[in-house]
Amino acid sequence: MRIKSTEIVDTFAEAFEMWGTRMIITADAPEWADAAARSVTGFATSVIGCKCEAGVERVLSPDETPDGRPGVSVLLFAFDPDGVANRLVERIGQCVMTCPTTACFNGLEAKKNVVVGGKLRYFGDGYQIGKRLDGARFWRIPVMDGEFVVTDRFGVQAAVGGGNILISGTSSAACLSAAKAATAAMREVPGVILPFPGGVVRSGSKVGSKYKELPASSNQAYCPTLRGFVPQTNVAKGVGCVLEIVIDGLDLKAVEEAMQRGLHAAVKPGIKQISAGNYGGDLGKYHIGLHGLVGGKVA
Amino acid sequence: MSLKLTLKKKPTVPVEAESICPDKMEGLGLKDIAALPVHHGNETTTVGDFFKVTGKSNGEIRLEGDTSRFKMVGAAMSKGRILIKGSIGQHVGVAMSGGEIVVTKNADNWVGPEMSGGRIIVKGNAGHMVGCAYRGGQVGVTGGEIIVHGNAGNEIGNTMRDGLIAIGGNSGDFTGVGMLAGTVIVLGKMGQRNGAAMKRGTIVSMEDAEMLPTFTYACSYRPNFLRLYLRHLHDLGLPIKDSWIGGSYHRWSGDSIELNRGEALIFDR
Repeated sequence: MRIKSTEIVDTFAEAFEMWGTRMIITADAPEWADAAARSVTGFATSVIGCKCEAGVERVLSPDETPDGRPGVSVLLFAFDPDGVANRLVERIGQCVMTCPTTACFNGLEAKKNVVVGGKLRYFGDGYQIGKRLDGARFWRIPVMDGEFVVTDRFGVQAAVGGGNILISGTSSAACLSAAKAATAAMREVPGVILPFPGGVVRSGSKVGSKYKELPASSNQAYCPTLRGFVPQTNVAKGVGCVLEIVIDGLDLKAVEEAMQRGLHAAVKPGIKQISAGNYGGDLGKYHIGLHGLVGGKVA
Repeated sequence: MSLKLTLKKKPTVPVEAESICPDKMEGLGLKDIAALPVHHGNETTTVGDFFKVTGKSNGEIRLEGDTSRFKMVGAAMSKGRILIKGSIGQHVGVAMSGGEIVVTKNADNWVGPEMSGGRIIVKGNAGHMVGCAYRGGQVGVTGGEIIVHGNAGNEIGNTMRDGLIAIGGNSGDFTGVGMLAGTVIVLGKMGQRNGAAMKRGTIVSMEDAEMLPTFTYACSYRPNFLRLYLRHLHDLGLPIKDSWIGGSYHRWSGDSIELNRGEALIFDR
């Protein structure tokens, strides 16, 4: 299948079941909400190496936030609910509570909840104050600029991690241009994040390594420099660069929609092929076929 | 279609009407509802002796007429809605745990004593002891909301442990006396000796207030949590000013004759 001069490979992205949550960070000014959001989503590109994947979903206007201040919506994903809870406690405690004027609210109504503010409250050393309003409990933790307000519990739900597309182009410049267009299109979809820097990853990995201690290693089949001598390559003739975009979402539909939009946006001059990463279909619960997406098929 | 109780005979003395409650009228026919007992002075009479019962029970009860002598309406209510098109007598919503009661005019003393959930909205004024424990009780309101658009009397929120009481106008003396936790917000002026013997909890006023000498001044700051409450009250129809939402408040800690963990937040003009 081709779109213009770009081949859409007949393959699928293999995505995994994860658990996700949404936090709403607010502050007196947008720059402080942004500072906290950047900090809380730092070192959160891959669940294997960072214990979670996180990213900014979107910037919120004051009328969209619980306390009527400027805000940022952040999504965070981990392998299980406990993993989400632990990362929230660590990251909100170190990256949001520390940031001037901020507050942090649960942004996901879900059947399952994990305790976050209820653990962070102990930082108040007995001076914290609990409040309940309209059925929701939150904590006021005394800090040096006043109080840090944080929701007692955050909603968590089964989510989808590892949706992806691989963009193969004649040059780095062509690939970057396509990746930039694709990430911009994907970010328009609610409920997804692109956890890697700028939404793009160049070090695509495979499971395992010749070195026993490594759980993952470079995916040589997509390294253009190795095309000439590895036993099997997925780098087409004339391709000088491959970039991957990884998508995590609160549900399958959001991931598929983001992949669909990104796939179409990435079709540009110099892009020879768009493919997707998988592990043969044995590891991930979700198989998202690229040809189905081109045909308009979304869960 | 809601169940409609239209007053046909104003009682000569107060009537205890605990049976006017969605929990007790659910699933009953009009005749059975009319036969529910109420206590008129020292006589046991029926709902039908005072009200014309029409409509059909869908979880909402509408009271029409001058019901200001009917006490304990909505007692122990856990669900549904009571719309009182006029004023209501004492003890409305006593011990309620859920649902909503709306009073379009005034409510007498003891609005929502010892309630644990749900919401009572009084569009006019309320008497003394809004959201309190009964005399001799240890704990008052443990949850839910009481919203009074007008003024209220003395001892608002006496020994409350959780929940929200908001007064759109002024409150009387001893607002928040003996509070254990929870939040009292007075948009107008409070009377004297506010927060006396409070252990924990929050009292907020948008007007200057004289604090007891057993309260200690801390600072003027902007309490972010209050934004949540004020926006919530704005959504419920109280006239909340933008300057209150984003404004600074003087924080007082007290009462030092007790735990000293309570707070009074007085809007900083």
